[in-house]
Amino acid sequence: MTLAIERRETVAIVGPSGAGKSTLLALLAGLDVPTAGEVWLAGQPLSRLDEDGRAALRAAHVGFVFQSFHLVPSLTALENVMLPLELARRGDARGAAAALLERVGLGARAGHYPRQLSGGEQQRVALARAVVGRPAVVFADEPTGNLDAASGERIAQLLFELNASAATTLVLVTHDRELAARCGRVLAMDGGRLA
Amino acid sequence: MRLLMLASRSLLREWRSGELAVLLASLTVAVAALAGVGFLVDRIGRAVTAQAGEVLAADLRLESDEPLAADAEQAARDGGLATSRLTTLLSVVFHGDASQLANVRAASAGYPLRGMLTTAAEPFGAGTPTRALPGRGEAWPDSRLAAALGVRVGDRLGVGALTLQVTRILIARPDQGSAFVEFAPALLIDDADLAASQLLQPGSRARFALLLAGEAPALQRFRAWQAAHARPGVRLADVADASPQIGDAAVRAARFLALASLVAVLLTAVAVAMSARSYVQRHLDGVALLKTLGASRAFVLAHSVLQLLALAVAATVIGSVIGWLTQRWLLAALAGLLRTDLPPAGWAPVFAGLAVAVAMLAARLAIALVARGTLGEWRLSLQFLAGLGAAAALLAAGGYGLLRLARRWRAAAPTGWRYGLASLGRRRAESVAQVVAFGLGVLLLALLAILRGELLRDWRTRLPADAPNYFFLNIPVAERDAFRARLQSEGARVERLLPMVRGRLVAINGRPMSALHFDSPRASNFAEREQNLTWAQELGDDNRVIAGRWWSAADTGRPLVSVAEEFAEALGLRLGDTLRFDVAGESIEVRIASLRKVRWDSFRPNFFLVFPPGLLEGTAGTYLTSARFEPRSPGALAALVRAYPSVSVFNVSDLLAQVRAVIGKAAVAVQSVFVFTLCAGLTVLLAAVQASREERRYEMAILRVLGARRRLLLRNLLTEFAVIGLLAGVLAASGAALGGALLARTLELRYHFEPGLWLLGVAGAVALVAAGGWAATRSVLSSPPSRLLR
Repeated sequence: MTLAIERRETVAIVGPSGAGKSTLLALLAGLDVPTAGEVWLAGQPLSRLDEDGRAALRAAHVGFVFQSFHLVPSLTALENVMLPLELARRGDARGAAAALLERVGLGARAGHYPRQLSGGEQQRVALARAVVGRPAVVFADEPTGNLDAASGERIAQLLFELNASAATTLVLVTHDRELAARCGRVLAMDGGRLA
Repeated sequence: MRLLMLASRSLLREWRSGELAVLLASLTVAVAALAGVGFLVDRIGRAVTAQAGEVLAADLRLESDEPLAADAEQAARDGGLATSRLTTLLSVVFHGDASQLANVRAASAGYPLRGMLTTAAEPFGAGTPTRALPGRGEAWPDSRLAAALGVRVGDRLGVGALTLQVTRILIARPDQGSAFVEFAPALLIDDADLAASQLLQPGSRARFALLLAGEAPALQRFRAWQAAHARPGVRLADVADASPQIGDAAVRAARFLALASLVAVLLTAVAVAMSARSYVQRHLDGVALLKTLGASRAFVLAHSVLQLLALAVAATVIGSVIGWLTQRWLLAALAGLLRTDLPPAGWAPVFAGLAVAVAMLAARLAIALVARGTLGEWRLSLQFLAGLGAAAALLAAGGYGLLRLARRWRAAAPTGWRYGLASLGRRRAESVAQVVAFGLGVLLLALLAILRGELLRDWRTRLPADAPNYFFLNIPVAERDAFRARLQSEGARVERLLPMVRGRLVAINGRPMSALHFDSPRASNFAEREQNLTWAQELGDDNRVIAGRWWSAADTGRPLVSVAEEFAEALGLRLGDTLRFDVAGESIEVRIASLRKVRWDSFRPNFFLVFPPGLLEGTAGTYLTSARFEPRSPGALAALVRAYPSVSVFNVSDLLAQVRAVIGKAAVAVQSVFVFTLCAGLTVLLAAVQASREERRYEMAILRVLGARRRLLLRNLLTEFAVIGLLAGVLAASGAALGGALLARTLELRYHFEPGLWLLGVAGAVALVAAGGWAATRSVLSSPPSRLLR
């Protein structure tokens, strides 16, 4: 397949289970390397970088939101949000992270550990963590999949709001047709191909 | 049936998920370590015992002044023991006009059951070892007897009603001992000739001995049989009775080996506890599920027990095989050092391994029982365990406190370090458990290292190459100085000369000995026989006062006595007790002023009972000394004997060699068991690190997705493990120093604190835990970040 996603575009990838959505997302984000073909991210050919090179690229240009949140259990909400800035060695991680937590409505819970937060709250922390480094692209893998309707709606709202204000590219994998419809482009996948 | 199927099916499921594999692996390593050390300790321990047995020419001796009933020998043979009869009596031996009082020893086939006789063609010649015994009509006089009678090989000797032909000269026998109860020279004859000699008459002072040798359980069974069929005047003697020197070395080696086994058991316990933690946690979730599905409590319990049992059995089988192979390989590598063949491996370690695996999994607290069941030194084990319990509590408290501190620092720490510290802080229970586990592991290994070092050093310095090899007894007072001068002029290094008088203990605290009853053979020996007494102003450096005080010049002539620990223990004597002795018809009552620990293996003259000067000088006595003496020719010694006919000469070179052999073997045992335990300990600790792998793998993957480089992840891991290692190391090294000081006493060592060793312990723990943690979790560094998607 050939696929180009432009700067500031919002793209939803939909399709039945096993269609290859997550594999595509992993390849686009440089979490995996294709056996054939090439993926370019932020102007760099991913398969020509080593693990550390791709990690550095992710640190500089990529944010992630996962279906099951994947916060670091040993760090507080604030420390989780600070992590991308610290990994990219940027200054004032604490201030930027605190501000962003405030924005997602968790200013009061900055010192809590993931296990002390509800699912919706954890995903809001994850969202803050994804955008805190002002990445060029945010990849979201079923961001509302594990949440109840109300929390899911809140996350969706925040996701698009933050995306718009930071002018980032958003690539979203979802089952949720409503969520997909809010994106600028919808890609349907089946049997490993774009339909 | 339903239960069995369900249990096996869920076991299979858990196996497929890979969770069980980690637990099974660490359990297997643990059992292998335990079984390996167990096999080794078992085999080397038996080799040391067998070597020590040489001094008795047997493992056990049943002795009596009356002929022994045949049932004892029958019982011993039925129990699988090798036996031999040995009858000794004093008789005059004739050669032409010459005659000499000799100790006639009639031995039956098999003698000596341990060690070898050495014989030569001429007195004091260089002997060659032999398995033969004099046949019927033959006699082997020892060098002293041959020299005294002037006989040569081929001559005839008259013994009782018999005339025997001298076919060899006896140079050494393993059981010549150091107790010098036999002053007379020896003549070895065939047991079958004894009756024909008509020496055994009613009232003849003969001693009858049944020599026994075999495996420890068989010996134990015979001891039990003997206890049940005790007859007055019949006593069992073991190595410690025959030679305190060798008994001492064997006992200390056995204690060290027992400690090493205990350490292996404990390391195993620690490791299994570590890896069982997370498994049990997850298993409990499954149990909760079964309960919601309506399973009864009994069903759930049986289900869990069955599963764990299956796991334990599997680990035991695999672990025992690995352990057995390892010790085989180790012994093959050590074969050159050990020289003699070791007895084959026993089954005990396998059962110990199974017991531990089952006990650990079923109730992770059964250590104490297992340790007690597998080790004879149970009192030592219990003390040791109590100490370790305290150490574990201290480690936990220390670990907890230090982790709290680490949590405070972490806000100030840079990213990589902060993440490591944060992991520690969050998994606080886990981290404390790890500090305790590693701490105990390092503590045990450091303790073993300290004791090993002290023991080996002590053994090396105790028996110098030029230790005295001759004893000279019955030196007349008038000839004392001349004799010493003569010896020195022959190039001998002469030790102290001590006076010696014979006396009998007749009362303790005013109660006559006849009114007192003693159970132990040793005590009755002390109580009934004449004792050798001496007096001295100075205390030799091979004697140490352990209670009371040694006398000063002002105490000269006061009625005091200093008693050796063994003598006091056997008779239950305390400081301040009064003893009455009958010395050459004169009664003398003295108070115990001090108890002494005697280093018998100094091979210098030593006595159980020492009096202050000015008390016994009136009694007629003789002198005794020992010396390092290398006669320039065989004739030199014979000439000395002729010049001082009343002096008895004892060559203890063979005993010295025996002690050296036992110590050498014990040292190799201690060394190799230590090295093996060390390796086992490291392996087991590594297995314990594996337990937290899954969790780490997950966190590493998150960090990787967020763009962390490998170096940062590595720093995280190392920080975490290094902090655990540092905490464990500081606490463990301090604990080991303390434990070493306490334990050194039971091994009769003097402990010196070594700051270098302490530092080495700390540094070792940090390096060990960091390296171990790195090795065990290295693979998570490259765990693919894509696994976080779904």
